[in-house]
Amino acid sequence: MNYETIIGLEVHAELSTKTKAFCSCKNEFGGEVNTNCCPICMGYPGALPVLNKKVVEYAVRAGLALNCHISLFSKTDRKNYFYPDLPKAYQISQFDLPLCRDGRIKIEIDGQDKHIGITRIHIEEDAGKLLHGTESEDYSLVDFNRSGVPLIEIVSEPDLRSPLEARLYLEKLKGILEYLEISDCKMQEGSLRCDANISIRPVGQKSFGIKTEIKNMNSMKALQRALEYEEERHRRILSQGGTIIQETRRWDEAKGITVSMRTKEQADDYRNFPEPDLVPIVLDKEWIESIRKDLPELPDDKRKRFVKEFGIPEYDASILTLTKELSNFFEECAKGHKNPKAVSNWVMGEVLRIMKEEDIELKDLNIKPQSLGRLIDLVDEGVLSSTGAKQVFEEMYKTGEEPEVLVDRLGLKQISDEDAIAELVKKVVDENQKTVEDYKRGKTNALGYLVGQCMKASKGKANPQLINKMLRDLLS
Amino acid sequence: MDLFSLTLHEIRDMMRNGEISSKEVLDSVYGRIEAVEDKIEAYLTLTKDYAYEAAESIDKRRLKGEKLGDLAGIPMAVKDNISTKGIKTTCASKMLENYIPPFDAHVFEKLKEAGAILVGKTNLDEFAMGCSTETSAFKITKNPWDLERVPGGSSGGSAAAVAADEAYFAIGSDTGGSMRQPASLCGVIGFKPTYGAISRYGLVAFASSFDQIGTFAKDVEDCAIILNYLYGYDEKDTTSLPIEFGDFKEALNKDIKGMKIGLPKEYYDKGIDGEVKEMILDGVKVLERLGAHVEEISLPYAKYAVPVYYIISSSEASSNLARFDGVRYGYRAKEYKDLEELYVNSRSQGFGSEVKFRIMLGTYSLSSKCYDTHYNRALKVRRLIKQELEEAFVKYDILITPTYPTIASKIGEKSEDLVAMYMSDICTVTANIAGIPAMSIPCGFSKGLPVGMQIMSKAMGEADIIKAAHAFEKNTNYYKNKPTL
Repeated sequence: MNYETIIGLEVHAELSTKTKAFCSCKNEFGGEVNTNCCPICMGYPGALPVLNKKVVEYAVRAGLALNCHISLFSKTDRKNYFYPDLPKAYQISQFDLPLCRDGRIKIEIDGQDKHIGITRIHIEEDAGKLLHGTESEDYSLVDFNRSGVPLIEIVSEPDLRSPLEARLYLEKLKGILEYLEISDCKMQEGSLRCDANISIRPVGQKSFGIKTEIKNMNSMKALQRALEYEEERHRRILSQGGTIIQETRRWDEAKGITVSMRTKEQADDYRNFPEPDLVPIVLDKEWIESIRKDLPELPDDKRKRFVKEFGIPEYDASILTLTKELSNFFEECAKGHKNPKAVSNWVMGEVLRIMKEEDIELKDLNIKPQSLGRLIDLVDEGVLSSTGAKQVFEEMYKTGEEPEVLVDRLGLKQISDEDAIAELVKKVVDENQKTVEDYKRGKTNALGYLVGQCMKASKGKANPQLINKMLRDLLS
Repeated sequence: MDLFSLTLHEIRDMMRNGEISSKEVLDSVYGRIEAVEDKIEAYLTLTKDYAYEAAESIDKRRLKGEKLGDLAGIPMAVKDNISTKGIKTTCASKMLENYIPPFDAHVFEKLKEAGAILVGKTNLDEFAMGCSTETSAFKITKNPWDLERVPGGSSGGSAAAVAADEAYFAIGSDTGGSMRQPASLCGVIGFKPTYGAISRYGLVAFASSFDQIGTFAKDVEDCAIILNYLYGYDEKDTTSLPIEFGDFKEALNKDIKGMKIGLPKEYYDKGIDGEVKEMILDGVKVLERLGAHVEEISLPYAKYAVPVYYIISSSEASSNLARFDGVRYGYRAKEYKDLEELYVNSRSQGFGSEVKFRIMLGTYSLSSKCYDTHYNRALKVRRLIKQELEEAFVKYDILITPTYPTIASKIGEKSEDLVAMYMSDICTVTANIAGIPAMSIPCGFSKGLPVGMQIMSKAMGEADIIKAAHAFEKNTNYYKNKPTL
């Protein structure tokens, strides 16, 4: 039987506000344990929360960028459960009246646009972190630095139809949140976390199948792999006549499998109810409009502009605008450059390659966009061969030096002096009369041999295009 | 003349006139405490060193000619569920037996700034849950009028301390009557302000949407003075009201001619002791003689107030008290095998039975199975009760009811019948449900024990209450009666 996969994502993004959601403690990643905490975020008796207005502003920014309806009236609720990292034994969240709802994100799949619905975005607080002793040390400690850090939870509609779509959606969402400068969105550090609900159903069936929820996917790749695994697991069970158990499963990255955490019967009853310590969140239309007005350019708009402004292909633009950092790097490099397509090739090629190979962020690249621009100029001007340029690029990354300096140091300057090349060509022609005869008799690939000989004689420094042209002229 | 038996404003005037020092006043109060505290057991902690240090500093400032406010050098008591930095705040629970807060409650900060001097922290029903102070894990406070009887609760320690002249005033909290009811039973004034009028920051929460800090006072003038210092917006409590209430002393000595008083008949129904009812009606007659218009009215939703109160307050309490898990502070069971047991054992051993009962009731009311039939329905009825009262206050300036259906009961007498005990909160819970201010003022004695009359007004209508109460007091002077100890 043919099955259709249904996926919905719940994404948590830590907001990068200066202070926490309900107290004035610093919102900082890292830092010595239990230094950014106070009676409020440690749940002392009698301490009361005060909602940080920036949290609402950031969440509204996300809501507007994701085409959501912003609620003029919303409220906070308590989600009650016991865990040592949750000092109040409840999380302040939003239950039935979220700040934003009914939005959408556009992704591109097989060259087609597809809209993925956003059910809701709500604000909530993060929990602390448990630090477990080793096996011989029978204890756990709690670090409350993260306790009370603001989060937004973005819940998608079950509109995703494959693990790849899920990944594209998350990549797109991450890009938008980064563009908005409201979250660091680092999956490894946990500032962007994603849970997935997945089910399958026979093609044509209207109702949904039984779903499982997958947690602990710490990278884009993990998300896709976990969902592919789970999709296959569901298929196997159903095709063998079995039934899926509604449960929460954890992705085990090392083993490449999902494992059961708890079934629906074991699920907590969170006893959500309105948070009586906080007043409802009432927003002003004008305030929302002023936030809308200040929204930065978002990936889709930037992509269109890149195509128009720099004449690069749609495909290039979509890759270059995936992250704000990369798009800025490209734009700074391409602005005023004679050859934007070459810039695009370099950024998508060498720049992304080195980032991936070295596992670094763009800001750690050590190469200024202007420097890359000049490196490309050197190739365009014939000073450097493209192979030479790659060598120079590698050295720029390692040393942080400018391309001109490195071309000299590495002795990679191409000979483009016409007189010098003419001499070289003449010499090679003289020494290879037999091949010249072959060429003249119509054996065209003989020319390649001659070019090769010229390059060899110049120790690779001569401009191959120039040699080619001069050989043709001489032999015609 | 014993200094301790005077009122706050009398002592204030004497200190201002240089007749006595703050230290002498404190000596008198601690002398009184030494003499009667063994019988009353109003205090859980005495803060003598702290108090003398504070008194000395006030005296120095006064000697330097500094102009000091009404509360400067006045000994006070604070209920032990209000955070005092560096001073134990136990909530009368084994759970917080050794808990010392690292910060002050907003009200305590304000009182300290005003120069009031903390004499000690007073006993209460555990986590303010109860109406007799018998659920305290540490001691049983006695009613100064009859040592075999309860002082009421939950702020029984604060009420008894003021009634026994162990402090000039006492701060308490009122979630469903926890100030007015003990005030009534101990023959003092108990005032519960409009919800949000006083910051709750630092008050250990019982039911956040009902909890309100208030004061016990010896007379109405004292009450007005104290409220002046407690009221005001606090950015640390977003439910506090950004409103100026003005000077409550201006409501003193006012003519009440033409004031409209409603007597909701549901509060004079069966269950109210005959003599108590008579006393309230006598009190109303006093006001009528002074020119007030009195009418009987009906508030049909009033009969739902007690269940609404118990469902919502227990729901909130179940969540508010979940933080006492033995992990960071407070009681932790000595033996446990795993995390689950750490929670279960610490909470089973740390909380008393009344608290556990309310946590269970609240957890049940909020469970997904019962949310709509219990919690959510109670919220809806709460809105109706509120509306009904708002409508009543369009026609009437104040409503007068008994504070409590009976006089103080014998220690141990009522605790067996929980539902009967809960039902006796009928007169007081409405004010918390609707967030309106209410005062209990002594209005006579039944079988030698004090009876309190409750005056309620619309939200932010405290001036009307003070106006009526002061007129009543001047014409009755019940507050001048003192228990023999």
